[in-house]
Amino acid sequence: MPEVKDTAPQGAGAQPVLRLSGITKRFGGLTANDAISLDLKSGEILALLGENGAGKTTLMSILFGHYVADEGHIEAFGKRLSAGSPKAAIAAGIGMVHQHFTLGENLTVLDNIVLGTEPLLAPRRNTAKARRRIAELAEHFGLSVDPKRLVRDLSVGERQRVEILKALYRGARVLILDEPTAVLAPQEVETLFTTLKTMVAEGLSIIFISHKLNEVMAVADRVAVLRLGKLVGDFPIAETSKEALAEAMVGHAIEMPERKPQPLGPVVLQLAGVTLRNEQGKALLDELHLLLCGREILGIAGVSGNGQGALAALISGLALPDEGAFEILGQPVKETSPLAMQEHGVGRIPEDRHATGVIGDLSVEENLILEAAGSPRFCNLGFLKGGVIRRNAREKIERFDIRGADPTTTTRALSGGNMQKVILARVLSEQPKVILANQPTRGLDVGAAAKVQELLFEARAEGAGILLISEDLEELLQVSDRIAVLYQGRLSTPVAVEEADLKTLGLLMSGHGEFQRQKGAHGHAA
Amino acid sequence: MELLDIFITLGFWGALVRMATPLIFGTLGELICERAGVLNLGIEGIMTMGAMVAWMWVYQGGDLWTAVLVAAACGALFGLLHAVFSVYLGLSQHVTGIGITLLAASLSYFVFRMLLPDVTTPPKIEPFKPFAIPGLSEIPYIGEVLFTQSPLTYLAFILVPIVGYGLYRTPLGLAVRMVGENPMAVEAQGIDVHRLRTCAVMLGSAFMAVGGAFLTISVFDAFYIGMINGRGWICIALVIFASWRPGKALAGALLFAAFEALQIRVQQASSAVIPYQFFLMMPYILSILAMIVMSRRAAYPKALLVPFRKGER
Ligand SMILES: Nc1ncnc2c1ncn2[C@@H]1O[C@H](COP(=O)(O)OP(=O)(O)OP(=O)(O)O)[C@@H](O)[C@H]1O
Ligand SMILES: [Mg+2]
Repeated sequence: MPEVKDTAPQGAGAQPVLRLSGITKRFGGLTANDAISLDLKSGEILALLGENGAGKTTLMSILFGHYVADEGHIEAFGKRLSAGSPKAAIAAGIGMVHQHFTLGENLTVLDNIVLGTEPLLAPRRNTAKARRRIAELAEHFGLSVDPKRLVRDLSVGERQRVEILKALYRGARVLILDEPTAVLAPQEVETLFTTLKTMVAEGLSIIFISHKLNEVMAVADRVAVLRLGKLVGDFPIAETSKEALAEAMVGHAIEMPERKPQPLGPVVLQLAGVTLRNEQGKALLDELHLLLCGREILGIAGVSGNGQGALAALISGLALPDEGAFEILGQPVKETSPLAMQEHGVGRIPEDRHATGVIGDLSVEENLILEAAGSPRFCNLGFLKGGVIRRNAREKIERFDIRGADPTTTTRALSGGNMQKVILARVLSEQPKVILANQPTRGLDVGAAAKVQELLFEARAEGAGILLISEDLEELLQVSDRIAVLYQGRLSTPVAVEEADLKTLGLLMSGHGEFQRQKGAHGHAA
Repeated sequence: MELLDIFITLGFWGALVRMATPLIFGTLGELICERAGVLNLGIEGIMTMGAMVAWMWVYQGGDLWTAVLVAAACGALFGLLHAVFSVYLGLSQHVTGIGITLLAASLSYFVFRMLLPDVTTPPKIEPFKPFAIPGLSEIPYIGEVLFTQSPLTYLAFILVPIVGYGLYRTPLGLAVRMVGENPMAVEAQGIDVHRLRTCAVMLGSAFMAVGGAFLTISVFDAFYIGMINGRGWICIALVIFASWRPGKALAGALLFAAFEALQIRVQQASSAVIPYQFFLMMPYILSILAMIVMSRRAAYPKALLVPFRKGER
């Protein structure tokens, strides 16, 4: 068993492991953290809740020394922590799993974990000892990964385990997890929670950030809520409820948009017997049949990695089927071209907003016209129409409630939810006939997720057919008209949401049940 | 056949090893910088500076090995300058690098003229003599080629495995590789990104300067204007050719030097038929071809050219 070097006194009145006092942080005119005081007790899981942009990551970055607070100070285990130094934070026993992983892709798992633990000027590395210790920790906390593998070959879940191991390897007594579940599949979330429980049982303390209230209710002992940079609530989990938390976060009760049945429109997208292979010849999509009509939302459930990426690539114009027919609005798709897809009337909400959704270094107004920059609306004889673009941005910011943004703000500085709204604003204003929404609410707070769903419903009412790919079954059940499960490149026969139940879907997601074999099994009576 | 004759002459192989030496220093230096995520286009100027400073040191009565150290220190100083702009201030690495090249090259000529205002033919010094390694140099044929070289050539060849070991087997090397991949990962493990990158750039620049010094205090015995003659730029290409690996960098440097040595000899052999400019072009064309073949698979350091600013996202 790994040695446990600290045993902070337990029980009531015990000294907190962390004490944040009056932390204030400003970015230009924006106050991201406003005089926040917060304690973390030994052996507890504290959930930190708040809307996108409430300042959760900022607060944790100050705690870990990435940022320097403008005011306030931090004590760890009773000792004042020197500001702005991750080194000091690590030495004080704080470990952090960042919202965007901090791993070197072309290095091995071992390299990533060991970095910084040996004296930099040592003449050689002691990898044998490191490997043994990693194996011990992995075994003890149920975090299996192969230390020899390159990080770029790992799944998101595995990468996260590497991040946690990194912290444990350095002897962390306090672990900060910034939205650890946003990118995990449901089973992986379960595993993570088991690991967290083991850690707490060993006396570690945990700060856990999540937007999913169910998770918070399930694992946390205490919840702190941030709103617009201020601490607005700090309750033991037993004294609160999901609804109360949601309200504390947003400041008012949240209404989830309601799905109203609508008559189906004409078929907008059709895949018949589509097979798509990767370079090694493995079928990513395997004789897939799919029919999407106007005014409907077809939910695609399934654990990611079962062909979702390939399906999205197909509809985004990044790939063509190796076999089978692919038609949009009755027209066969013949070329691999995102531009052609756009012209066909396909709107795309990509999975990774940072990588393929927006260009972080460009301003909000520029990102809002990325896909229409060449159209006569925004461009005249090869010159952009600055005034029109600015006005367009103002109007979109207003209509889509994009917070913290001016037309000229650099998009990188926006919080996740607001970045997503920029993408939605761009996509929906082109009146697409087909919308590919790939994990559109991943990492979004309850309010922002509700807003996104509402916008999807609006697009549906205007006649668009929406393909919604998501790992969140609850969301799918709430938003979709029909649901199908993707498993190893095959699609189950879509069922109307009224007839869908969690149990069957769950079984399908792990490959148990009926998957399409022959043509015509796309679940429409017509 | 004349071409075959060239390959069997010992002079060709000796020249190859000699011509590869400055390229090995320069490529290793550039490789260290780029592995840490900093492109160093100052290389051409830093090599010029190294060449001038080392020569001047010896000309003023200094010792040859001290001259090497002085050149290295001078290179490190220009590396520091590059780092202040491109690492600490996060300015464009391209612009800063070109600036360093212009500054260092012009400053070298300026200092040279300042100290020696009146000379017309470049004065000469007593350069490194080939050192025959006892025993090894007596091996027939190859002994004479490989083991009767300038001590700086041996140094270049020894540095290849040392740099390889340093990058892959030491904690510092791991940190350098990581900072070129993802500086945030380095910061999150409690290591100062700016300091680490600066050290790497200074070390790399020191190597470059020694590459320049080799030309003036080993191959030739004088310093003259334009003597680096694009070798620095070749090193930049060689780093890509080598996919940022020291072993392949050695291979690349040897290959280019082979083209270069061949070029001189073919030019002499085939007199008036083909214009000599064609032969001058040859090494560059061949290296472009080699690059096209080799570098398609190159996995470049992810954070190359990306400045790191603490407290920003
Ligand atoms: N380095 C920075 N420079 C400028 N503004 C910043 C910076 N970091 C954060 N901000 C701003 O501070 C606010 C708080 O951001 P933060 O990332 O802490 O939010 P969050 O609560 O973690 O949101 P999310 O749930 O989307 O992760 C946002 O408005 C963001 O735009
Ligand atoms: Mg955050």
